[in-house]
Amino acid sequence: MKRAVIVLLVLLAILHQDFWFWDRIEPLVFGFIPIGLAYHIGVSMAAGILWAMAVCCCWPMDVDVPDAPFTTQPSTLQPERPR
Amino acid sequence: MSLSSLNPGQTAVLVIALYMVALIALGLLSQLVLRLTVADYFVASRGLGSVMLLMSLIGTTMTAFALIGSSGEAWESGIVVYGKMASWSGIIHAAMYFLIGIKLWAFGKKYGYVTQIQFFRDRFESDRLGLLLFPILVALLVPYILVGVISSGTALQQVTAGAFPDWFKFEDAKLAGAIPYWLGSLVTCVVVLYYISAGGVRGTAWVNALQTVIFLVLGCAMCWTIADRLGGPVNATKMVLDHNPTRLKRDASPQDMEQYQQKLKAWQADPKAAIIKPREPKPASKVEFTTYLFIPLSVAMFPHLFQYWLTARSARKFRLSIIGQPLLIMLIWAPCVMIGIWATSAIYNGQPVIPPDLVDSNKILPIIVKKLASPVLGALLAGGIFAAVMSSMDAQFLSLGSMFTNDIVGHYIGHDRFSDRQLVLIGRVFILVVVALSYLIGLKLQGTRGVFKLGVWCFSGFASLFPVLFAAIYWRRATKAGAYASILAAAGTWFWLFRDAGYGASGEPGRWGLTPVTLIFAASTIALVLVSLVTRPPSPATVEKFFGSSKYAR
Repeated sequence: MKRAVIVLLVLLAILHQDFWFWDRIEPLVFGFIPIGLAYHIGVSMAAGILWAMAVCCCWPMDVDVPDAPFTTQPSTLQPERPR
Repeated sequence: MSLSSLNPGQTAVLVIALYMVALIALGLLSQLVLRLTVADYFVASRGLGSVMLLMSLIGTTMTAFALIGSSGEAWESGIVVYGKMASWSGIIHAAMYFLIGIKLWAFGKKYGYVTQIQFFRDRFESDRLGLLLFPILVALLVPYILVGVISSGTALQQVTAGAFPDWFKFEDAKLAGAIPYWLGSLVTCVVVLYYISAGGVRGTAWVNALQTVIFLVLGCAMCWTIADRLGGPVNATKMVLDHNPTRLKRDASPQDMEQYQQKLKAWQADPKAAIIKPREPKPASKVEFTTYLFIPLSVAMFPHLFQYWLTARSARKFRLSIIGQPLLIMLIWAPCVMIGIWATSAIYNGQPVIPPDLVDSNKILPIIVKKLASPVLGALLAGGIFAAVMSSMDAQFLSLGSMFTNDIVGHYIGHDRFSDRQLVLIGRVFILVVVALSYLIGLKLQGTRGVFKLGVWCFSGFASLFPVLFAAIYWRRATKAGAYASILAAAGTWFWLFRDAGYGASGEPGRWGLTPVTLIFAASTIALVLVSLVTRPPSPATVEKFFGSSKYAR
């Protein structure tokens, strides 16, 4: 499933290049949205669906980490001083 | 005095003033509720849930660029702007949250990072990397802040025209009595400065969530009202088909150019009869369209977004934000793009809605709202524009303070030498200095820069730092020298191309039809890979810390 989601996301990025609608206005979706814009609104919706699939099927299991106490000086490095 | 006795400009001033008072009140309320610790001020004690995180992230990423910039750019170049920015952003922003956001959140939580620079210092084992990155990140945030400064001043000036004719005089009679640009920008900056000072990130998250709901609802209401005044959406689009059909597609054929010339001649011969001055067709470049994919990579490097990522209570709280990004971006951009396209050809009461001599595309949205909505609704819609402007400025201001406090003062002078309150105060003073500088630049640039082009330059700079970030997380062989080379290559190429483009006056593709970001991104990536491969790999301890295994380290 993870592989399928990745393939679909790559496919969506390719389909984003809708050169076939480059010179077209019609059909006007709902009578007022030119096809070139309606297509890309569709791309946005498809992206929402695909990312929902990614969240469900490809969520990394090891990412939630235990709480660490808050500190404003996390770096293990110390400022370099001129020698 | 009743509401009906106010003129439209005064109504707009009243509604916007009430809105700003409400924001200040919310800031005060959060100040009462919050403990003013550094953890609460800078990362809301890492306690935000899914809905608050989504609303804060959308409010932060959808700026004046998304409302005023998108409608202005649609007016200038047509529907292509949606495909270039909004649908690419829908795919890529979510990818950045998924691939970068949750990883950085995990590192932040595990090692206590508050800023990007803290992460980079540790990952690349270099203290001085912070000294290189800090001025670059601040310098890139300035044009982003400018987008808000310019938009708020312009919008307030347009929607309040006629409010106080005795107080504010203008050469342009149509603007007589308007709140001047300098005052509008100043008030916006002061209000944002106040409420972030009061509540820090947690207070700002509350305000942002409220503002996101406001501009989402009012954005849709704005589109509906404008369409209604133009005789419905079908009629509004028909006017574009009649006068500027190339704004409804991405190409312009020789016949389109011929028709444009004929319509222009007719308009020049008798402007009153032709009503609409035709706009020159602007065929889009397919290469440019494709290479705009690099622009949304910038979100991964926004310091203010990094700060919001850290506020999540757990990695799972990112899920709603990942799914919601493409859909909410669509809900915000699609109406604004339609408004921009309709604006090219809109006729109301037999008159063009947009003056034919208008050059400044930043004024499109405020003008159309002012002319087509009732005074109260127009003022509310203007409030929606301000919500978008301020919900981004606040996060940018906070991240400036956070970086200065933690990466410079705390790191080089020592956190132990200051109390929490002193650190917060130091952050505020630095924010004030940068905002004052941005405000002065904004005054200087009035009417000379489109917020869309300025925004694209800013995003190009942040996107060019993406290779370093991606490599820091996913390429264990990425080295300190590679990171320096990549950052210097990105900064150098960006500045060279930015200067070539008249410091943001132009956002057009410069070389070989490519967007500038493509070249900068390529320079940054090549430098990173080549230099990393020929320099000493990171220590096993660092590889172990960030990758869990030192398999590839020597």
